[in-house]
Amino acid sequence: MLSNFLKNYYFYLFSLLPSLISLFFEGSFYGFLLLLSFLLISVFSRSVLSIICGGIILHVFVYFSLTSIYASNISAGLWFQVFASWISAIIFVSRLAFIKPKNEFLQKLMILIVPFFFGLWVILLWEIICVGLNVPVLLLPAPSLIGVQISNSLDILYADFYQTVVKAVIPGYIYGCGSAFILSIIIDRSPFLQRGLLPIGNLVSVMPIVGIAPIMVMWFGFDWQSKAAVVTIMTFFPMLVNTVAGLKIANHIDHDVMSTWGSSYWQSLLKMRLPKALPLIFNGLKINTTLALIGAIVAEFFGTPIVGMGFRISVEAQRMSFDLVWAEITMAAIVGSTLYGLLALLERYLTFWHPSFHNR
Amino acid sequence: MKSLFSGSLIPISTVLLFIFSIWYVGTVLLNSPFQKDVYKRKGVENYSYSQLVKDTMSQKRPVLPPPHQVMVELWNSTVNKKITSKRSLVYHAGITLSSTLLGFVIGSLLGIILAVAIVYSRTCDMTLMPWIITSQTIPILAIAPMIIVVLSALGIQGLLPKAFISTYLSFFPVTISMVKGLRSPETIELDMMKTWNANGLQTLLRLRLPSSIPFLFAGMKIGIAAALVGAIIGELPTGAVSGLGARMLQGSYYGQMVQIWSALIFASFIAAFLVTMIDVIRLSTLKRFGQLN
Repeated sequence: MLSNFLKNYYFYLFSLLPSLISLFFEGSFYGFLLLLSFLLISVFSRSVLSIICGGIILHVFVYFSLTSIYASNISAGLWFQVFASWISAIIFVSRLAFIKPKNEFLQKLMILIVPFFFGLWVILLWEIICVGLNVPVLLLPAPSLIGVQISNSLDILYADFYQTVVKAVIPGYIYGCGSAFILSIIIDRSPFLQRGLLPIGNLVSVMPIVGIAPIMVMWFGFDWQSKAAVVTIMTFFPMLVNTVAGLKIANHIDHDVMSTWGSSYWQSLLKMRLPKALPLIFNGLKINTTLALIGAIVAEFFGTPIVGMGFRISVEAQRMSFDLVWAEITMAAIVGSTLYGLLALLERYLTFWHPSFHNR
Repeated sequence: MKSLFSGSLIPISTVLLFIFSIWYVGTVLLNSPFQKDVYKRKGVENYSYSQLVKDTMSQKRPVLPPPHQVMVELWNSTVNKKITSKRSLVYHAGITLSSTLLGFVIGSLLGIILAVAIVYSRTCDMTLMPWIITSQTIPILAIAPMIIVVLSALGIQGLLPKAFISTYLSFFPVTISMVKGLRSPETIELDMMKTWNANGLQTLLRLRLPSSIPFLFAGMKIGIAAALVGAIIGELPTGAVSGLGARMLQGSYYGQMVQIWSALIFASFIAAFLVTMIDVIRLSTLKRFGQLN
């Protein structure tokens, strides 16, 4: 009986023990009560309501421990409680992961909520450790510090965003993906070119093409043109390889059906082969969002006007003002994820028929 | 004759020939303005076109070096130099390669561990998987200078910071394909393990890991190429000391196009070599598993 209980609830003990120990090291009694009530609720009830209540209790605890840390009211017991709360958060998130709502909308929401809480707790722990242990800004600025820096330097961030993303990444991305798309439709008609270009395309896509950045900077100057050129070249080959592979998906039966309907080459391309190729085309487009950002930022390391995300990161890192660097990184992450997310949404909208979206 | 045309030798060489001829034409077009300038300063009025073409091919600091110039530089800086010399590309490549391989090994191990965690725990699947995908939308290479400056301020220099960037880039493809591979056994096979009363570890070692091997190698192929890119970019902010990335940066500081091109092409050779090595290991492993005839 007892061994069975331990086997199922050993994780709860990892949380209970440090919160008990914290009482002997000037840990706050209320914090202990909050953690204890979370654990009791989690052990004795499996309902959704109890999970929500437990979550609220846990976040109330974090609120109070953060305020005491900001007031630099730090004791050893607090760290035991922080450790216990982190274990409790794992319990909370894993309980959350096992909720399977019947409503379809709620199901989709859960796919977002569970990772959201994980991210939130990583940031909370980061904040607590940075502020509580006085981690130097040089090493790792606290998230709150980065947030303040972002709101203080919105104009710089916007100028860098405009220079790097709007002027270099987006045109380069469009040129690169667009020309690769057109070329792959052309070489699709010639098996000779396919056999010649595809192995080379595959080879080039494993090459460190970023290395072309200094060459492009020398040819096209310091401004956005050289960055757009790097982005164009970097995005070209993944897109080419993916589109050509995509155009090959349609099999003999599909072609036979189209020809029994008397469709011309272009009709068959537009109505059957391109839609069939969409999953792979989107695969290439999605890989390219990150590559495009990397290409533009790295090209800025080799020479740039005094604006741009890559310029700011390299210069401010050398001037040791790391909160601004982290603000740039946050923006780069947001831009990258947004571009990727938009493409993923578009993909779902256009390829709703694909089996990978049915079996979720 | 027909078999020659249906193979890929002739198409590939045609395309390569096309690329090289474009390269030569580009060399003449891009280098001739400078050459004409030289003629003007020297007072040479009536130069022949063949003279111009010949001179654009042998400039000291060309805008676009012709292929043969790059090849000569490659030969000089690999075969004609001692490996320990700081002008030897082999020396620089060795430095880049060591951090690539270190980062790749750490990244692959991390990728495999993450994949096992994701396959065996629903919590990990729901919490980690979205963040792993998000992690790759962050342009890590952009953070590379900062990571290197921070780590060197902490006293960590040399291999580890560069290897960290390689790790970050290479763990992702390994994780994704490993998750696919570990989930590739069919229900009937998993049921079989259950009837034999196999526990989780036994199922992992005897069924899931062996059937994930082809997926693992597919991921590692992408991963090692990414690791090389990471190592090269990681060398850029160290102030151009050593490594292929440093060679490129030096070349760009001093306008040495030939140096940049030879470093770039050497890096591509290394990438092709690494991917081929992974492929060779894959084939021999699969043979031993009896999955290849």
